[in-house]
Amino acid sequence: MSASRVTERLPRLLSLVPYLIARPGIRVEEAAADFGISERQLRRDLELLWMCGLPGYGPGDLVDLSFSGDTVSVTEDAGMRRPLRLTTAEATALLVALRSLAETPGVADTAAVRRATAKIEHAVGDATPVGLAVDLGAHELGGDPGRGEAAGITIIREALTAGRALRIRYYTAGRDAVSQRTVDPMRLLIADGRSYLEAWCRRAEAVRLFRLDRVDDVVLLDEPAAPPPDAVPTDVSEGAFRARAEHRSAVLELAPEARWVAEYYPVEQVVELTGGRARVLLRYADPDWLVRLVLGLGGGARLLEPPELAEVVGERARAALAGGGGAG
Amino acid sequence: MNLVLCLLSTRQFLSADRIRATVPGYSDAPGDAAFFRTFERDKNELRELGIPLETGRNSGFDSVDGYRIARHDYELGEIHLEPDEAAAVALAARLWESPELAEAAHGALVKLRAAGVEVDDDRSAVQPRVGATEPAFAPLLAAVQAGRAVSFDHRRGGPGGEVTRRTVEPWGVVSWRGRWYLVGHDRDRNAPRSFRVSRISEPVTQIGRPGAVTVPSDVDLMAMVRHNVSPPPVTGTARVWVADGQAQGLRRLGRTLGRRTLDGRVGDELELELRSLDAVARWLSGHGPDVVVLRPAELAEAVRANWAAAAAAHTGPVRVPG
Repeated sequence: MSASRVTERLPRLLSLVPYLIARPGIRVEEAAADFGISERQLRRDLELLWMCGLPGYGPGDLVDLSFSGDTVSVTEDAGMRRPLRLTTAEATALLVALRSLAETPGVADTAAVRRATAKIEHAVGDATPVGLAVDLGAHELGGDPGRGEAAGITIIREALTAGRALRIRYYTAGRDAVSQRTVDPMRLLIADGRSYLEAWCRRAEAVRLFRLDRVDDVVLLDEPAAPPPDAVPTDVSEGAFRARAEHRSAVLELAPEARWVAEYYPVEQVVELTGGRARVLLRYADPDWLVRLVLGLGGGARLLEPPELAEVVGERARAALAGGGGAG
Repeated sequence: MNLVLCLLSTRQFLSADRIRATVPGYSDAPGDAAFFRTFERDKNELRELGIPLETGRNSGFDSVDGYRIARHDYELGEIHLEPDEAAAVALAARLWESPELAEAAHGALVKLRAAGVEVDDDRSAVQPRVGATEPAFAPLLAAVQAGRAVSFDHRRGGPGGEVTRRTVEPWGVVSWRGRWYLVGHDRDRNAPRSFRVSRISEPVTQIGRPGAVTVPSDVDLMAMVRHNVSPPPVTGTARVWVADGQAQGLRRLGRTLGRRTLDGRVGDELELELRSLDAVARWLSGHGPDVVVLRPAELAEAVRANWAAAAAAHTGPVRVPG
């Protein structure tokens, strides 16, 4: 067994006996799901446990299990009645996550979060969190009046609880436009430090993330929320922005003062050039958005592709100068 | 596994020879060298898993060190969670999207379940997620956990953007509203500093011995980041004209003062809060001829400068290099 597999399997084996003691007659399938492994792997673990025990290694010294149908129970535990303590890394990951929930009103029942935190802190003893801290932001979720609560957050929550559709007025930054949409709410989500309503958008006929700070008005509809069965929750592990097939690609050359663009917007390639300049590939949905971005960067960015939009940038800039705009 | 059970069951320190004779698997080692190699590896693995392996002698008569695991230090304390507390724990454990932290949180859940706590998958209406897509994140977290100093190339934000080599004693990583920061003692500046993780390029090299970094006991990681990223205060207001049907984003955040016709074009006059002049100028100039800055004069100048520079950078057809 390789070292990495030992460090993965041994903690599981050590937890398995106390886990089973606490749940006599649990179904093997359920236990496998709790450990995040396949049923087959769990059965292999159980076979190995059978050969483990205390010096002497006779009956009564070894771990003994009894199977009945699809269920399993521990009959001899070889003194392995409690799980190992949490490592510092484990305690840190869990306790820092709990703290972030406690400090972000409107996400979870903060009283329950604080009680759970205190109990886990007590149980882990010395393994206090180190080197990690989180501020989720997300004041749009409410629960903390006066701090940027989103319009209609109470109605959105009601729609989720009651399973009702919503009519929303939404600002789309990409098109710089406000539109009315009927949506079937799925969940509220915090990602990249922002809060979103994830919903099936009947107009786009797709799952969309609506930034709560861009929802201007909400009306609760009488009809039930009915996202189609194939409406899958968005995977936000790579961030809330997901490049879609219909998104186009632009190539920009960024001066050092505009390098922040590569951190703020979804870029797919960054080629370092001389003098701190960089050439990046940026995904965009709306040509007007791209023109506004480049025009606003005022020479900090040069649009190389698509060339026809580079021409539009130049034309818009010259028209603005000629029109006397900004002259006051 | 048998080694753990054996050492947990003993109050006496067991010598390596006793362990070799007792624990299955060791007795078939082909020689002393092979046994000690395997035994050393196993001891290290146990320590890496956080198993409190003690070394000592039972009396002055023992000639070599023995080993045992103190049950009191090994076992997770008693814990019972109410259903609402367990739901909070389940939600917390799913916060992390980065594999390193997600695995650690899952490991914690497995142990809590083994302690008899029922943690079901949460069905919370709000799902918070903290990801980490920055390539430097994993090596920096590893260095924080190992307590080792790191050396890396860091690109400064803002104008210039120059790249410098930095050596930092890491105190922690901080996720502030979707962005990761490294906080620590910057050896080159001999002062505490925070760095955007996205501006740190790989490779991140660990230097010095593990555990050498000492974190000051009074350090508040979050406060150090917040201090550096808080938005500038409102310094005044701007008046702008926007053409009819244009600049919906500006209209949402500004206050409409009334209708106004400018050079024969109909539109509205808006009032906007001014924080950073550059940021507002960037935002306004993006709209080109659809906006006109009425005041202040320095904002109007900044917007015109942006247009002039954008016009100069986009003259005629462009050619894409290589």
